[in-house]
Formats: sequence, C-alpha cells, structure tokens
Amino acid sequence: MQQKKLLNLLTSLLLIIAFQANAQHEEEHEIIQHNNAQEVAHDNGHGETLSLKEQIKADINHHLLDAHDFHVTDYLTFPLPIILWDNGLHVFSSSKFHHGESVAESNGNYYAISHGNGHIYKTDSSGVIHHNEKGYESNEKPLDLSITKNVVMIIVTSLILFLLFGGLARSYAKNGGIGKGPGRFLEPIILYIRDEIAIPNIGEKHYKKYMNYLLTIFFFIWFVNLFGLTPLGVNITGNIAVTFSLAILTYFITTFTAKKDYWKHIFWMPGVPAPMKIILAPIELLGTFIKPFALMIRLYANMKAGHVVLMSIIGLMFLFKSWIGSSLSFGLAFGLMILELLVAALQAYIFTVLSALYFGSAAEEHEH
Amino acid sequence: MDKLLNEFSFGLFIWQTLLFIALIFLLRKYAWGPILNAVNEREEGIKNALAEADKARQEIQDINADNERILNEARAERDTMLKEARDMKTNLIDEAKDEAKTQANKLMEQAKAAIQSEKLSAIADIKSQVANLSIDIAEKVVKDELSDKNKQLKLVEQLLGEVKLN
Repeated sequence: MQQKKLLNLLTSLLLIIAFQANAQHEEEHEIIQHNNAQEVAHDNGHGETLSLKEQIKADINHHLLDAHDFHVTDYLTFPLPIILWDNGLHVFSSSKFHHGESVAESNGNYYAISHGNGHIYKTDSSGVIHHNEKGYESNEKPLDLSITKNVVMIIVTSLILFLLFGGLARSYAKNGGIGKGPGRFLEPIILYIRDEIAIPNIGEKHYKKYMNYLLTIFFFIWFVNLFGLTPLGVNITGNIAVTFSLAILTYFITTFTAKKDYWKHIFWMPGVPAPMKIILAPIELLGTFIKPFALMIRLYANMKAGHVVLMSIIGLMFLFKSWIGSSLSFGLAFGLMILELLVAALQAYIFTVLSALYFGSAAEEHEH
Repeated sequence: MDKLLNEFSFGLFIWQTLLFIALIFLLRKYAWGPILNAVNEREEGIKNALAEADKARQEIQDINADNERILNEARAERDTMLKEARDMKTNLIDEAKDEAKTQANKLMEQAKAAIQSEKLSAIADIKSQVANLSIDIAEKVVKDELSDKNKQLKLVEQLLGEVKLN
C-alpha cells in the first residue's frame, strides 16, 4: 500500500516536471534546432527526422520491446541468429536487417522488422509493412523462433542461476554440510522461501514437490528483474509472452497436481445450498483462470511501468538542458532506481507467494 | 488487449517455456535437491546435537542427584550406625548394671542366708552352752545350798509365806 502511495507521489511529481520541461523545451526548441541540429534531430530509418523528445519516446518504446540484435550502445551491437519457420527453416544473422532498417532476404523470401512491435513480418522485396485500420501490422507473420535479446538474457540468467546454485550445492558436500561461495549469500532466501512461503501456504505434507518450481521462479524473476535495471536495457519480465509463460506454468502445475477436494470445491462447493452451488461453480471455474491471468498481468504491468517511468525520468535529463532540472531528474531517477530494486524483489516474491497459495489450494485435503 | 496481443511474441513464449522448464529440471537435479537435502541434514544435525546436549545435561543432573542421594544415604547410614552403637553401649551398660545388681542381690541373699544360719547355729550353740552353764551353776548352787539345812528350811517357809500372800 505504502509503495503504491510512494509511486503515486513520484508519478505526480514527474508529471509536474514534465509540464515544466515541455514549456522550457518549446522555448528553446527553435534555437536548438538551428544551433545543434545534429543533436536534436535523428534519422529513424524512415528518412524522417525526429525531435529529441520524439526520439526519447521511440527509444523507450524500443527498449520495452524485445529485439533481434543485442544493442548495447549505438557503436556496440551484437547481431543475433534469426530462426524462422515459413514453409521451411530460414536461419540467418540479424545483421541482415541492419538494425531493422533494411529488408532481409532468405531463400527467396523477404522479411522486415516492424518498428511498432519489433516482430518480423513477411514482405515483398521493398520491405513495406502494411497496417490495418487499427494501426496494427497486417502482413503475413512467419513463426519466429529467433534467439532474440530476451532469449539471450534468459539463457544468461539461467546459466548464472545454474552456476550459482549448482556451486552452492556442490560446496555443501565438500564443506561438511556448510555452504561456501557466493551462493551462500542466497541460502537464507532459499530457507525463507521454504519456511515462510512454501510451508505456511502449502503445508508440511505436500510442500516438497513444489519447492523446485517455487525456488526457480523466485530466483529467475528476481534476477531477470535485476538485469532489467542494468544498462544492458533488457525488459524480460515486462514482456507479456514471458509472464504468460510463467503464469501458465503455475496454472498447469496447480491443475495437474490438484486433489479431489480442489475440484469438489470448484464444481460442488460443500456447505452451501444447492442453487448456490450451481451459481458458484462457473464463478469458481472462472477464478482458476483469472488467478494466473492476474499473475501474468501483475508482473508484466509492474515491470513495464517501472521501466517506462525510470526511462522517462532519465530522458528528462536530456530534455531539461539546465543544471537544476537535469540534476533534479537525476536525483529522481536515482531514487526511483532504488525503489525499482525493491520492486524487482517484491514482484518475484508476490509471484512466488501467490503461486504457492494456488498450489496450496490444489494440494489441500479437507476433512468434511 | 489488442496491443498486448499485437506485442505477444510466440517465439519468445516458446523459448521462455522451454528454457524455464529445462532450468527447473536442471536446478532440481544439481541445485535445489542437494541444497535442500544438505540444509535438512544440517537442521537435523543441529536438532540432534541440541537433543544430545540436553540429554548430556540431564545425565549430569542425574549423576549429581545420584551422588547427592548416595551421600545422603551414607550420611543416614553413618547416623544409624552411630545411633546403634550408642544404643548398644547404653544397652550393654544397662545390662551390665542389671547383671551386677542381680549378682549383688544374689550375693547379699546368700550372705544373709549364711548369716541367718550362722546366727541360728550360734544361738543354738549359745543355748546349749547356756544350758550347760546353767546346769553347772545350778549344780554348784544346789550343792552349796543343800549344805546348809537351816537356810533351806527358811526358804521353804518364805516360799510358802509368799504363796499365802498370793
């Protein structure tokens, strides 16, 4: 609750500053455009020039999306492999797209990257992507199994988790039951998840079989959230596909490990009159889908919003062009960054607790 | 919602799901399993060590209590022994006293009896001697008296006169 209040305060503060920045910017706009056209204007690949403000907006949007190459700075970008299934396998390097600015040809097919959502669409040789009346891309879309920036970071995070906790696990055997190394630092968190999340929510009897999932999901989300705050600029948990995948795993585990009592409580709630049972059944059934859906949206929206706000404030530093305003937004960005560090852990915690809660309801056995 | 669907990348979903499931299984085998086992073992170890320490403390307490008890018993035994000895002493003294008393009594009785019999025999002896002496004296007196005829006649007269008076 407190955190929400703080966030509200920060956003309203941001809004005020943004208005001031706007006014200031309008005044300076003309002068800057004349004096330093290079800095303000930027070619976006469409041959149009964008103002600094629009460029920041485009950068934020670009950052929020997944990408087909690993962009660190404008001078340091790693191409990643593109894997497409379009009546046959197409594998080529993303350098063919020239950072999404040109059309790539593979086995006689032409593909282009949309600037709207960063996805690859099938095009003609000119690389034109058509949009429907709602503004969404209407071209044919191949099945894109590319190793994107997010996939790379998922692999990197998995490797780090594996090395960190694998090392911790090995150190127990070597060190007579006492952990050693960097993983030791995280051991209290493992114990916390077991003693404060798994056992109270699931129960002493059944918690063991869910521990692997709960531990993995907590550390995965937490680490990925933390990577999102580094200048690498990845936004993995702020991507709906990732949170959907995590939520659907929770849903499947809940559903497939559910005991008789769980289904009984959904379809024929004991202890209520029969007409109520009929009304409750569809609500309860819908609830089983809404719970993981809420998990998905909560994580996605929190992380995405955090990134948007943080990047907007960082962007403000460049818009202000005054040492008071810029240092103010630097301070704000710094404060918000610390808050985001908390949010990174908090969201991982919430996802884990709620998953444990759902598993608990599935594994529960009532004595009626 | 449309925007979300438009942004949804099926490829990323597939990768995330595959990699995450693989990560769960890998970590289960190489990390969580061994870690949770080791932690459990350690906790069991701590619990056992605590229980053992408790037990040892209990044992020491028991030993102390035993020592105390044995000491008390020894003390009690000593006391009873002392008491017995004291009792025995008084008994012995009492018995000796009684014995001595009865012995003394007996001796006294015997002495008394001896004295009595001696006295009786002495009296008897004295009696016989007195009788002999009396007879002798009487003989002498009679002899002497009978030698003087006048005196006898005077005496007879005196005796007769006395009878008259009575």
